[in-house]
Amino acid sequence: MGPGGKRNETMPGKQMTGSQMVLKALCDQGVEVIFGYPGGAVLPLYDALHQQNAVRHILVRHEQAAVHAAEGYARSTGKVGVVLVTSGPGATNAVTGLTDALMDSIPVICLTGQVPTHLIGNDAFQEADTTGITRPCTKHNYLVKNVDDLPRVMHEAFYVAQTGRPGPVVIDLPKDVLQAKSAVYIGPEEVKHPSYRPRTKPDPRAIEKAIEVIAKAKRPIIYSGGGVINSGDKASRLLTRFVRALGAPCTNTLMGLGAYPASDPQFLGMLGMHGTYEANLAMYNCDVLINVGARFDDRVTGRLDEFSPNSYKIHIDIDPSSINKNVVVDLPIVADVGAALDALVKGWTNGGHSLSQRALKAWWKTIETWRERDCLSFKTKSAVIKPQYAIQRLYELTKDRETFITTEVGQHQMWAAQYYKFEQPRHWMTSGGLGTMGYGLPAAYGVQVAHPEALVVDIAGEASIMMNIQELSTLAQYDLPVKIFIINNQWMGMVRQWQELLHGGRYSQSYSASLPDFVKLAEAFGAVGLRASKPEELDDLILEMVDSPRPVVFDCQVDQTENCFPMIPSGAAHYEMLLGPGDKAAKPVSEEGMVLV
Amino acid sequence: MAPRDLSIEKRTIAVLVDNEPGVLARVIGLFSGRGYNIESLTVSAVDPARRQSRITVITSGTPQILEQIKAQLDRLVPVHGVSDLSMEGPSVERELALVKVAGKGNKRVESLRIADIFRARVVDSGHEHFIFEMTGKSDKLDVFIDLMRPLGLVDVSRTGVVAISRGPTGLLS
Ligand SMILES: Cc1cc2nc3c(=O)[nH]c(=O)nc-3n(C[C@H](O)[C@H](O)[C@H](O)COP(=O)(O)OP(=O)(O)OC[C@H]3O[C@@H](n4cnc5c(N)ncnc54)[C@H](O)[C@@H]3O)c2cc1C
Ligand SMILES: Cc1ncc(C[n+]2csc(CCOP(=O)(O)OP(=O)(O)O)c2C)c(N)n1
Ligand SMILES: [Mg+2]
Repeated sequence: MGPGGKRNETMPGKQMTGSQMVLKALCDQGVEVIFGYPGGAVLPLYDALHQQNAVRHILVRHEQAAVHAAEGYARSTGKVGVVLVTSGPGATNAVTGLTDALMDSIPVICLTGQVPTHLIGNDAFQEADTTGITRPCTKHNYLVKNVDDLPRVMHEAFYVAQTGRPGPVVIDLPKDVLQAKSAVYIGPEEVKHPSYRPRTKPDPRAIEKAIEVIAKAKRPIIYSGGGVINSGDKASRLLTRFVRALGAPCTNTLMGLGAYPASDPQFLGMLGMHGTYEANLAMYNCDVLINVGARFDDRVTGRLDEFSPNSYKIHIDIDPSSINKNVVVDLPIVADVGAALDALVKGWTNGGHSLSQRALKAWWKTIETWRERDCLSFKTKSAVIKPQYAIQRLYELTKDRETFITTEVGQHQMWAAQYYKFEQPRHWMTSGGLGTMGYGLPAAYGVQVAHPEALVVDIAGEASIMMNIQELSTLAQYDLPVKIFIINNQWMGMVRQWQELLHGGRYSQSYSASLPDFVKLAEAFGAVGLRASKPEELDDLILEMVDSPRPVVFDCQVDQTENCFPMIPSGAAHYEMLLGPGDKAAKPVSEEGMVLV
Repeated sequence: MAPRDLSIEKRTIAVLVDNEPGVLARVIGLFSGRGYNIESLTVSAVDPARRQSRITVITSGTPQILEQIKAQLDRLVPVHGVSDLSMEGPSVERELALVKVAGKGNKRVESLRIADIFRARVVDSGHEHFIFEMTGKSDKLDVFIDLMRPLGLVDVSRTGVVAISRGPTGLLS
């Protein structure tokens, strides 16, 4: 028994195997479902799983999908997502998903099988150095060599995954440890982590200072991100209250969409590379910038030395390493977003503060002139479906239902972020930090498992969907009525767009050749296949899709040449945004910009 | 935005960690994965009862990078505390070197004479060699080793720097 766990020596518990302990710990942590795939090293655990009913197992078709499914489950519920895979290839297949969860701060526990302890290091069959491989792509990982340590490690892992900045945790379980017996099971309440105590309460002096600065602001903006979602629904409500109390504009990152209601007039839309004109110009011109749970990502800041050059910057983040990482700020507030917002709202209202209404009016007047550019407008055509139009119709026809949206990666992802309006947190799951094609379908059924009655739509690209297409079989097995809405432009559109803009239109390997017939493919997997190619048939088919009780693959054939705007070319500043196809960059993309991704 | 300070500084950082398997790999992986410099790194268990080890690392970078390094170290789960000894008041830094010198005649006498001046101890000797043990600041060790070079220097083994803050307070207090 390691530090932190106390054993009750006088009352030895019942003898249990390692596998039984794992399941008991999962139950004690409130886990109802896990996503996994069996193999030799985890057979004892699968055997124990077979003899109980408390934990449900969803059999995926590829271990990467198991992790994405757990991410979707976690993001849509606020709980920890749990994965179970075998040693060697099972563990290595999970690596992309783990990296994805790390980048997007998603709490996931991944149980990996391992060869028995006496064979570790011998290049045994299906041995991989799982803790070595996953060290840089997890928040923390464990190799359990003694069954007595197992309960403590399980509970510690849950604590680490969801405390502070959430993230994935791997527990590597040698087969002999799963089979060994022990009587030292301890519950979660008996485990206290020896060192990990992230700060959650804000420094009151920092809050006071923030209020003092904000109260004098003439052109403030709130830039909020995924940290608000991580913090919980209360944080979103507090954010809304705070923004409304100020009367200031609010913009969200890709990861933060839904943290602030999109229909609210104070919402400027998403910011960043494919953000709105008004959001980016407001960031450039503001005098006080309040970052609430966002990490100044390069997709958001554009050229760093031109990023919001004249503002006083306040940054609320639970992770001290996010502070001053990319952008040097004036006032860091290390705290949970919810706790910090609570203190800010109280301080603001109790102090009877308000912004200068004259300044605020002038600020909004300027913002309205930017808004009038209507940067998300697009020209519809009668002969061909515009991808933006397809998403707009999907939004209009699903907004009155309980709808969750996931995406793959590419232009369709950006259009989904721009044209689908999210009113609440936890209804939007996308791979932001890693940008993992193949994320959307497994994430969608992870959401569906948690919300069986809800409508769950994966807005996909025809290239991305091929990366985890085998998961259609998982949908079939569990009757998960996920809708896959493929924005089929026959191209890796995002790649093609960069090649058009940056590489002289040399479309190297970006055409989606030899695509399957998606309708027949759907049918082969027991799903419904639908196809639309004309604008006038779109509504009826979307309604058919959402009304179907079965999984649906919707092949939405769209304009192949459409590009995603607005766009800030890499290495450019916020004011150098391209608004449409006619817009050429003011200056050619610099060499510095060309090396950026 | 405050202009970035791009001057490169050197820092000695002490890290108190849980002595669990892989903890050193985590620290080293952090430095290599994020492209930080390591000029010296030492580690040893310091409190067997509480299973804690102490790592001393000398690194360099711009002030912003150095701040990142400390924050990144501190967010590793098994880390109890991080202390920037170069910034948080005065501290003591020491390194130990074992220096093997082989030679005869005058050179041999000369090496012993210099060792005496540097207060190095002889820990092994034969007719044709000495092993000196020397403790001190790293730059003093550098000078000593340089002086031994023409006198038949064979091998050097250095511990890397260990450091501790002056005064009554500890890393976690
Ligand atoms: C093709 C593509 C294009 C993209 N274009 C854009 C774009 O135009 N605009 C855009 O915004 N993004 C874009 N992204 C996404 C981008 O790469 C980043 O993933 C995203 O901007 C990060 O969002 P975030 O800053 O909200 O941080 P997240 O990654 O969500 O991180 C959350 C931050 O909050 C902190 N935090 C977590 N929990 C808490 C808590 N409880 N309390 C306080 N703080 C907490 C964390 O420490 C972290 O710093 C794009 C991605 C792709 C794949
Ligand atoms: C696993 C993975 N490989 C490669 C990429 C690089 N990439 C980003 S977008 C994209 C094209 C996506 O094409 P599609 O799914 O058709 O979406 P579209 O851009 O056409 O909407 C590629 C290859 C990636 N993000 N993920
Ligand atoms: Mg495409």
